[in-house]
Amino acid sequence: MKILFVDDERDVEALFRQKFRKEIKSGELELSFAFSGDEALDLLGTENPPKFVYVFSDINMPGMSGLDLLEKIKGKFPQIKVSMISAYGDTENYNKAINSGAQGFFTKPVDFEKLRNEIKEISRA
Amino acid sequence: MKPERETMSTSELISKITELEGQIVKLTKQTKSDVSKLKTQQNRADEAVNDLKVIQQQLLQQEKLASLGQLTAGIAHEIKNPLNFVNNFSELSMDFIQEIEEELEKLNDSTEKENILELLSDVKSNLHKIKHHGSRADSIVKSMLMHSRGGTGTMDPTNLNDLIREYVNLAFHGMRANKNPINVDIRLDLDESLSKININAEDFSRVILNLSKNAFDAMRDKIAVKGSAYKSILAVRTKDLGDKVLIVVEDNGPGVPDEIRDKLLIPFFTTKKGTEGTGLGLSITHEIIKTHEGSLEIESELDQFTRFKITLPKTTT
Ligand SMILES: Nc1ncnc2c1ncn2[C@@H]1O[C@H](COP(=O)(O)OP(=O)(O)OP(=O)(O)O)[C@@H](O)[C@H]1O
Ligand SMILES: [Mg+2]
Ligand SMILES: [Mg+2]
Repeated sequence: MKILFVDDERDVEALFRQKFRKEIKSGELELSFAFSGDEALDLLGTENPPKFVYVFSDINMPGMSGLDLLEKIKGKFPQIKVSMISAYGDTENYNKAINSGAQGFFTKPVDFEKLRNEIKEISRA
Repeated sequence: MKPERETMSTSELISKITELEGQIVKLTKQTKSDVSKLKTQQNRADEAVNDLKVIQQQLLQQEKLASLGQLTAGIAHEIKNPLNFVNNFSELSMDFIQEIEEELEKLNDSTEKENILELLSDVKSNLHKIKHHGSRADSIVKSMLMHSRGGTGTMDPTNLNDLIREYVNLAFHGMRANKNPINVDIRLDLDESLSKININAEDFSRVILNLSKNAFDAMRDKIAVKGSAYKSILAVRTKDLGDKVLIVVEDNGPGVPDEIRDKLLIPFFTTKKGTEGTGLGLSITHEIIKTHEGSLEIESELDQFTRFKITLPKTTT
């Protein structure tokens, strides 16, 4: 299953690759990373339809915010699931995300067990 | 020679003097009353100036706090992200070392293996320290954020009684495990007819922890004065008020002196010495209750009790 993580912090890649080391090794998961909303859209646009099943995006990023990205993805590729991962877990961001069709909302620091369960559930479905 | 002053008869002189005396008395009276009028007016002016000064101070204080709040929120957020990495990577590395150790166990024993295991155990303990201090910093940053933004996260249907049971218990055991533990009779009187209400459980648990901790601290002070004749009691009650819920946290400690009653909710106000209190507990508590659209009342009688009454609406937006 292909998953895309979007975050302006580059160390997120090392963190998630290490956290999901076993799943990546076994071929269960394939992770890609983009460090801005534009980069994410470019990556999704290279294949038609994109093989990505799930996008996890940060909200607070320079340029396109995660919420803008969410709307763009939902407009172009409604079949892709999108969840937000944000340090700002306030109700305003939460409501905006859910109303724009976000699958879920994770707050930072990420609860990896929760994230793992979410991904497992999707891969099972 | 100059002409002599016209001479007056003695009786004429006396009557003139009496007349002048009368005038002087009258003028003195007049002046006295003028002076006292001026004085009262001046007093009034002084009072007004004083009032203004107090208000000015309060405004200044509020302005300072508001900008301080914005500043801390900004700083806290900037610190939170790198801190998350510190905590996450240290945790990950601890897991990896665990795995390495398990793999090593499969190898034949040798002095090299012995040495590697020893070094790994040191690295692991260092990582524990990094994680421990990282979490410490994280909880400080969290309180700072909580304070300046008044709560994080979402409101979910929560069993308030369960939350109270859990966190009063946690506060009690936390206190018992720390220095200067005291004996406290904990009395929970929870309205079991209460259905789930919408609250942010994480934030609200802080309210219970803060209030319980304050009660323990206050009662510890009273024990120090009264000795063992005094039996400390912490009572926590809930009550269904229809569209609202009442939560009461009451201790039979020293009470709150009138002079400081108004100051309790001010950030950084504390009567605790040194590093024993930050003075943020109650202001955070108040902040959280406000984000739940509830209210906080404080009742106290010196040497008898201190009662914190929280009213929460059942439907928060
Ligand atoms: N139950 C109580 N009985 C008597 N005084 C209290 C009680 N709760 C609070 N106070 C007074 O209010 C002050 C402010 O409380 P607050 O919780 O804001 O800060 P603190 O307890 O001093 O510090 P911290 O919360 O960081 O430990 C306390 O220092 C104490 O003087
Ligand atoms: Mg970001
Ligand atoms: Mg306190």
